[in-house]
Parts: sequence; structure tokens; C-alpha cells
Amino acid sequence: MEKMVTIYLYGKKYEVPESLTIMEAMEYAGYQLVRGCGCRNGFCGACATICRVKGQTELKACLACSTKVEDQLYIATLPFFPLIKQVYDVEKVQPTQQIMMQLYPEIYSCVGCNACTKACTQGLNVMQYIAYAQRGEFEKCAEESFDCVMCGVCSSRCPAEISHPQVAMLARRLNGKYLAPHCDHLDARVKEIEEGKIEDMIRSLMDKPLEEIKELYNNREIEK
Amino acid sequence: MYQDQAMRDSIKLVEAARAENVKLDPRRMTADEKEKLLATYHPDYRREEFRVLEVGANKGDKVPTELAALLQGHSRLEGKTLDLTSPDYEADVLIIGGGGAGCSAAIEASRAGVKTLLVTKLRVGDANTMMAEGGIQAADKPNDSPAQHFLDAYGGGHFAAQKELLYQLVTKAPEAIKWLSELGVEFDKAPDGTMITTHGGDTSRKRMHAAKDYSGAEIMRTLRDEVLNRKDITVVDFTAAIELLKDEQGRCAGAVLMNMETKELLIARAKTVIIATGGAGRLHYQGFPTSNHYGATADGLILAYRAGARLLYADTLQYHPTGAAFPAQIFGALVTEKVRSLGAMLINAKGEVFMNPLETRDVSAASIIRECSDRGNGVKTPTGYAVWLDTPMIEMKHGAGTIEKRIPAMLRMFGKYGIDLRTEPILVYPTLHYQNGGIRIGNDGQSDIENLFVAGEAVGGIHGRNRLMGNSLLDVVVFGRSAGQNASAKAKTVTLGKSLNIDHVASYAKELKDAKAESDAVSPLLLPNYARKGTQTL
Repeated sequence: MEKMVTIYLYGKKYEVPESLTIMEAMEYAGYQLVRGCGCRNGFCGACATICRVKGQTELKACLACSTKVEDQLYIATLPFFPLIKQVYDVEKVQPTQQIMMQLYPEIYSCVGCNACTKACTQGLNVMQYIAYAQRGEFEKCAEESFDCVMCGVCSSRCPAEISHPQVAMLARRLNGKYLAPHCDHLDARVKEIEEGKIEDMIRSLMDKPLEEIKELYNNREIEK
Repeated sequence: MYQDQAMRDSIKLVEAARAENVKLDPRRMTADEKEKLLATYHPDYRREEFRVLEVGANKGDKVPTELAALLQGHSRLEGKTLDLTSPDYEADVLIIGGGGAGCSAAIEASRAGVKTLLVTKLRVGDANTMMAEGGIQAADKPNDSPAQHFLDAYGGGHFAAQKELLYQLVTKAPEAIKWLSELGVEFDKAPDGTMITTHGGDTSRKRMHAAKDYSGAEIMRTLRDEVLNRKDITVVDFTAAIELLKDEQGRCAGAVLMNMETKELLIARAKTVIIATGGAGRLHYQGFPTSNHYGATADGLILAYRAGARLLYADTLQYHPTGAAFPAQIFGALVTEKVRSLGAMLINAKGEVFMNPLETRDVSAASIIRECSDRGNGVKTPTGYAVWLDTPMIEMKHGAGTIEKRIPAMLRMFGKYGIDLRTEPILVYPTLHYQNGGIRIGNDGQSDIENLFVAGEAVGGIHGRNRLMGNSLLDVVVFGRSAGQNASAKAKTVTLGKSLNIDHVASYAKELKDAKAESDAVSPLLLPNYARKGTQTL
């Protein structure tokens, strides 16, 4: 018999096996989830959760899908958080500091408490990437925030009411579109295709009898 | 750190052989060897796990037992009366599904200037696209060509792909990468802008573009952000489509929707409809764990089949060779193929390299199953047997820091359970990953039902009977975009009929009854039920 632990789902007590994740524990307790469950593997940010071990002061934030239960854990999920998502035209914005001032001016109210970083379920240095955003250093902001799953826990803890994941999303798109080095070989191939230059080669392959195609496939030279 | 003594003993053998193993470049299997291996060990060949459909457009074809039950199940509308005369939503294009294909379609529909409604049963972006790790293929380098890409994919799919669909996939691939870049997707690049690309299983050129090992997440969140930036796209989340609607001419003309929380039924009328509902991993075919999203329950296949559409290759599934096999908390989760692209090899319990790690996925999966079954060379885990993926080899080949830089998600996923893949190998076993088959479409993305388009994993035939890594992220973008374009263009020519109907639901039910083929299931499933003792049903 597996060892059981006591947890509290929204304050209600349940006994569950200690090996389960918080998400599995909720299902073990009898919930069929609709909210607060997505990829079940740490990529989508649907299952942000706030926990506290009974008797301790520390509030912990985590993803329910990839965090194990522990004894005496109080659990409250945060399946939705009202982040501010500003609407913009990606073709018209420019990667300058002004765009942040215009769309997300609240980032300049950051008081430096670092609550966002402490709360991040991905272990990111959230306050640092906000600092980069403030200074218009979008490449650094993009890199520092890259692993963000946009669960919103950082924003729930922020006294300056910043929507960190959306700020980072904007920074990454600005970086990807305007700042990252341009890829010339991609443009060249797209142009070749538009001009029909690859057409003969692929059509002549497609039109070959199956046995010939098989022969070609089985004897391909594989790039080292 | 592994606590289990047998695992620790086996790791010692892996470590002892590593210096020699890392130098190996095992030969690839011959076509005959592969064929025999697949026939003996691949799950698609276990006849007892399939059922022959007794009604519908694919009558006489075999599909997985679990899918057959849903295809021949009861409509959620059975016994309900609906008022179809005053729709709750009116749109030019209705898109069902908010993943990579649905969002790509929505962006193109918005660009075409039509009124677009996107419904999704969870949140926008809750989809398999979000979970794709390794990358996206496109033949955009000088030593590569769309023809070479075609050859790799056609052979990898056992020469069963619909040639014209595959032609579209590979010839539109570079443009898809450009489109994504211009939306702001951050691909891994060298300082001069050259794309950093790697191999996938059985690619002949290094054409796998990536955004670390968050490739799908980076693409998905960018597409989602763009959808939300476009005010002419109406997004309705936590709302599933549960049946299609037709007009008096039998053309698709909308869908019956259900609010996932309140169960309220709503009517959406549209000139054209796009099914972009994704895959089926959460049906757990043959009891396999899955790398898929919570909502991957083949809903679109059920809706379309009941409405008369034909499926193609619904009997072929992809088992990703490297699902996490340990610890149990991440059983079935995806370990990206990129781990092998970067040089990690597959090693059995005795520390032996037993195959080239970059065979196609079906061959690799079958080979691992053979190693863990008949050959008895698997490592015992709490859930079965597994083989090692020797991740420390990556940094032996590419230097310290490579893992953190190129596959941070993997480092984090195992790190949460105390396993450091920079110094310790990880245990893997095949996991249900992709629905190779799906709804048959023509070159314009339209199914057999007029005005019903399909895009993404719900389509069958693009990849044949096995899909290469990196061709699915590509597929959702290429076919999502073209479905959006074509459905918009078509919508501009459609005059909606006077009335809507769901007669096809009743007539399909009658056919089932007459054939005594009804299952007990109610479908589409919408979500799996993992509640151990809950009483809720959707």
C-alpha cells in the first residue's frame, strides 16, 4: 500500500498517495478538470497553483501538473488570471523603449520587491526581464523570459500591477521580427519557389514510378 | 539521482561503455529489416486492437477499437430538441479548434477580411502545438531542396502520402518559416542570420528549425498573440463543437456548440467551417500513455464522420519512441527527438547500443518495444520496461552548456524529479504521440462535405502512414493558413441557405441501429475522465 498524505483542496481535506502530482491528486480525489488543466506537462501554464504547507508562512506557486503533493499542503488553483493584453499591430510597432511606455507603462512602477521572481513557476528571473523591458533591451528581455509559460502567477503577486508575461510576449515578438539577424538563405529559397525554379525537380521526382522513388529513398546520402 | 538498485546497476554498465558507445555510428536498417520489425513489434500491426467500422463512409475499414466506439457512438444531441432558427453566432468562417492550425487559419481569414469565429473547448493555445518541442522542417538551405524534403517525408511515410498534399507541405515550408518569423517567432539563428538546423529521425538533410526545445510553444504563443491582436476574430473559449450543421443542400453551414462549464447549447451559423480539432492521444489506444494535450480526443473526426466525410489512414498512429518512462509523474511525457538529434543514443539495460538513434519514429518505437519484450534487454520501471537515452553524450559531443542552451525544457522536466540529464541518462519507452490518419481532404483543404474544410492533425493523408519529426508543426501552419485562405475565399461566394438542419445526426443514428453497431459511448468525448471516483460527466 502506497504511503498516503493529507492535502487540502480549497480547504477541504483529502488523503492521497504521496507520489502523485497535485493535478493527479485532484483527479484521485474525484475532480474531472475542465479549468486548470492543459498540456499536463509544464508547457502551457493552464494549471498555476498557490500552495502553503499548514503552519508555515511561505506561499509557494507552482504548476499543478508537474509538482508533487506533500503532507499538509493547502492547495488553491489559479486557472485564470486577468492579465492585461494590449492590442497592437505588429507591422506598425517599432522596437524602441517608447512602445513599452505606450502599451505597458505600469512596468515603470516596479518597486523592485522581486515577488514576481520568487513566485515564478519556471524559476525565471522575472524582475530582471522587466528591467530589460523598461530599458528597451528587448533581446535580453526575450532571452531571459524565453521559458515563460504565461501562467500569470508573477502578476498575481505584483504590487505594481504589471502583466509580466504579456510584456515579455511583446518583447519576444519585437526581437524575433525586428532585432534578430535576418536570414538570407530563407529569403533566397522563398524567392526560388515563387519563381517556379524548384518546380521541375520536384515534379520529376513525384512523377517517377514508385519503384524508382523507393530506390532513391533507400539510397539517399545522409548529411553528416 | 536514481534510488532503485537495479537502475543504478544498469547505469553503471551504461557509464562504463559510454566512451566507446559515443564513437559509434550504428548502421541504418535495410528496408526489409524495417518491414519485418514493424510487422512484429509496431502497435499498428496488433490486429486484435482494431475494429471494422460497420456504417458510414469507411464501412469495412479497420480503426482502433477506442475510436470505433466513438465513431459508432451516440450523439450528445440525442433526445434533445434544438431551435435552429435563431443562431447565437453568425460568421463567414467558423473555425473549430484553437491550436496551431486553427490560429493560423484565423489569422489568414482575418487578413482576407471575413468575419471569423474561432471556438475552442479549452483556452486558445491549449493544443498539441504548444507541446511540440523539437522543431519544424523546411528545406531552405543551399544543400537542400523541397524535392529532397519530399523524398524524405514520402519514404518515411511508407510511400502512402497523398502526393499533392505532401507537395504543398514541402513547397510552402520556407514561406511558412518566413511568415512565422515576420510574426515575431524567434528561431535559433547564428549571428549572421543562418538558421541553426539539425536532423530529425530519418531526414537526409539538417532542416529542423527550432526555438530551443520550446519550438511549438514559441510558435503557439505568437500565433495566439496575433489572433488576440485582431479584433475581427471573435474567440469563444471553453466552448466545444458537438455536431456540425448543414443547410438544405447538404452543405456544411455551422455547428452546434456546448459551453464546457454551463453545458448550455449554442448555435453557430457560418458560410464555411474549418475543423482544426487536432489529435487523439487522450483516447489512450492500446493502453499507451500519451504525450498529447488534455483535449486530444479526436472530436473533429467524430463530427465529420457522422456528417458523411471519409477518413483516411485512421488505422495508423504514431508512437513516439521516447516518451518519459520514469519517474511515474511524467510517464508518457514527450522527450523530444532533438535529444537524439543532438547526439544522445539509445542504450539497453546491458549498456549496449542497439540501433541507430535516428531511424523513423515507427521503426525506433518498434525497436525499443523489441528490446524491452522478446530480447529481454529492458530496464524494469514501476510502469513496465524501458531503455536508456544516454543524454550525457550530448555534452561529450558538443561541449558543456549545450543541454541548458538547446534543450532547457528537458533539463527542467527531469530536474523537477531530481534527475540531471547532463550527468545521468534517462529512461524512455514509446508513447502515443500523433494521429497519422484523419479526415480526407482535397487539394483545397475541403473534405467530402462541401464547405467543410479541415486542417492540422485532424487531416489524414499528408504524411502517409508515419510522420517525420518537424513535419507536424509545419503541417499546422501550412495547411492552417491555406484552409483559412480557401475557406475565406469560398465564404465570399456562398449564399447561406434558408434553414439549418441536423438531419444527418438522426439518419446516422438510424443506420447504426439498423446495423446493430451502436456502441455505448457518447461522442465526441471532449475530455478524458481521469477522476478516480468522481460522479461528474460532461
